[in-house]
Parts: sequence; C-alpha cells; structure tokens
Amino acid sequence: MELSLSTRTVADHTVLEVGGEVDVYTAPRLRERLVELVEGGARSVVVDLNRVEFLDSTGLGVLVGALKRLRAAGGSLALVCGHERLLKIFRITALDRVFSLFDTVDAATAASGADPDQPA
Amino acid sequence: MPTVRLSFSPAPAHVGTARLVAVAVARRAGVAEELLEEIRLAIGEACSRAVTLHRTQGLSDMVEVAMDDDERFTVRVLDHAGNGGVLEPSTADAVLFLTDPPTAGTGPSSAGAQPPGNGALPAIGALSGAATAYEAGGPYAMSEEAVAAKMGLALLAGLVDDLEVAAVGNGTQVSMSWPLPRSG
Repeated sequence: MELSLSTRTVADHTVLEVGGEVDVYTAPRLRERLVELVEGGARSVVVDLNRVEFLDSTGLGVLVGALKRLRAAGGSLALVCGHERLLKIFRITALDRVFSLFDTVDAATAASGADPDQPA
Repeated sequence: MPTVRLSFSPAPAHVGTARLVAVAVARRAGVAEELLEEIRLAIGEACSRAVTLHRTQGLSDMVEVAMDDDERFTVRVLDHAGNGGVLEPSTADAVLFLTDPPTAGTGPSSAGAQPPGNGALPAIGALSGAATAYEAGGPYAMSEEAVAAKMGLALLAGLVDDLEVAAVGNGTQVSMSWPLPRSG
C-alpha cells in the first residue's frame, strides 16, 4: 500500500494521519505536506502514525526535519505511535528520546497543549 | 551461487520492489516468520542507502542484490558509489546529536551548514571523524538526508546481528544474514 495523508483539526492541533508505506520513494510527499502545514501557520502538529505499515530512515529524517521546522517557528510536534513494530525503530535510533510519542491522538492533543517545546 | 539475484536502476520506487522480493525469498527459504519484518526493514535500508548514494553521485549504475539460502539466509546489497571508505555503523551517538535545539538559530534551511570535508556524503563517510563534526552544529545543522543516512546505519546495526560492510570494487557491499531452521 502506498502513502496516504489526511489532515484534520482537533481543537488547536493539526492532526496529520499517515497511512501505508513511508520510505525513500514516498517520504518526499510526507515532507511536502508537513512543510505546507507549517508554512500555513500550523504550530501544534500531531502526526498520527498508527496506520503506517512501513517506516524507514528516510521517514525518520523527514520527521526530524518537521520537528526542527516547528521548533524554529515556536511550535511543537507530537507523534502518535502505538505499535511495537514502529516503536522499535524509534528505540533503535534513540529517537524515542527526541520525539514526544503517544499511543493515541487523544493523548497527544491532551498533552501537547500543556508544555510544548520542552527540549529533551 | 545466489538463489535469487536482482538488479535495479537507482530509482526510489524500486526499493519497495526489492523489499517485497527479499521477504518473499526469505519466506520461501524457511526463515522464521518473526524475522521477516526485520529483514524487510534491513534490506530496505541497505537498498535506500545504495540508491541515495548513486543518486547523490549522479550514477545510473544498477544496484545489485543477491540472496542465497545455503547455511543461512544471506543478502548482499552492492552499490557502485565511491564513498571514500568503509563505514562503521554505530548507534551510541545518535541521541547525543538529536536532543539539543540549536543555540544560534540557523533556521530550517541549514543544508549549507554541513560539516566540511564530507562532500556530498555527510554521515556516510568515516563516522569516526563525524562525531567531532556534528558537535559543531548537531542535527539542527544536518540536512534531513544526513539524518536519514545516520538513522539508516543505526537501524542496520541495531537490527542485523550478522552485518558486514566492505569495500568491493569502487563501491560498498552490505552483507546481512539470518538463521535458517536447519542451521539452528
């Protein structure tokens, strides 16, 4: 399954739901969408990865890029990732200590209003 | 003699095909089901790395993948990109360079702030020297591609117990293997 992207707004948060495969082929489209969101004024962005079937280092690079863009703009990024398969990738790369990871979108939106942009 | 050989032009779209083929061959060879996801990710990383190197250097040469199932299920991914040496995958330093935001805001367009001396291949060359270079700017001075390359190596090192990276010809061969049931 290829990449799918859909955006919705939950309170003050922009939730980007990602599905399918994020790899060297599809990651540029994820990057474009994230850049559009930040340029469009989104400051509290939640990327929901729960429907992602495959994520590689290219996807991780794009997510790190989004984190940098948002922090530079005074915003915050939260990731929703409840699957062990994907969490393992964040742990191996030590990126679980860089990103704010949540099991559900509800948990992410509840938390990211409180204390955004707290350097790890 | 490899059981299956695959060559593909360095287009990102083909990396998914290589993953599918590798998992299909692994499954047929009898690799345990719980290892297939690791194999999918590891072969994907090795092929992404090769494709990215070829594209960065403007090479149209084919990326070659050879799979065999003699003693173990073995996959070799060969690129033809001269990258100036054998890489040393390492996970230990990833977090050091990714936790602190920049003190001097370089902004999102910091691709020009790459550590000097690496040419088009930041984070792929000799990683021994990279540690010093990253300290200057951290990941906030690294391009997404450089972060991805570094994470790719961390994933390969973290996922594959039997990983060998060697200079072969003018490129690099990444060899990985997984146990087959009969080899215990």
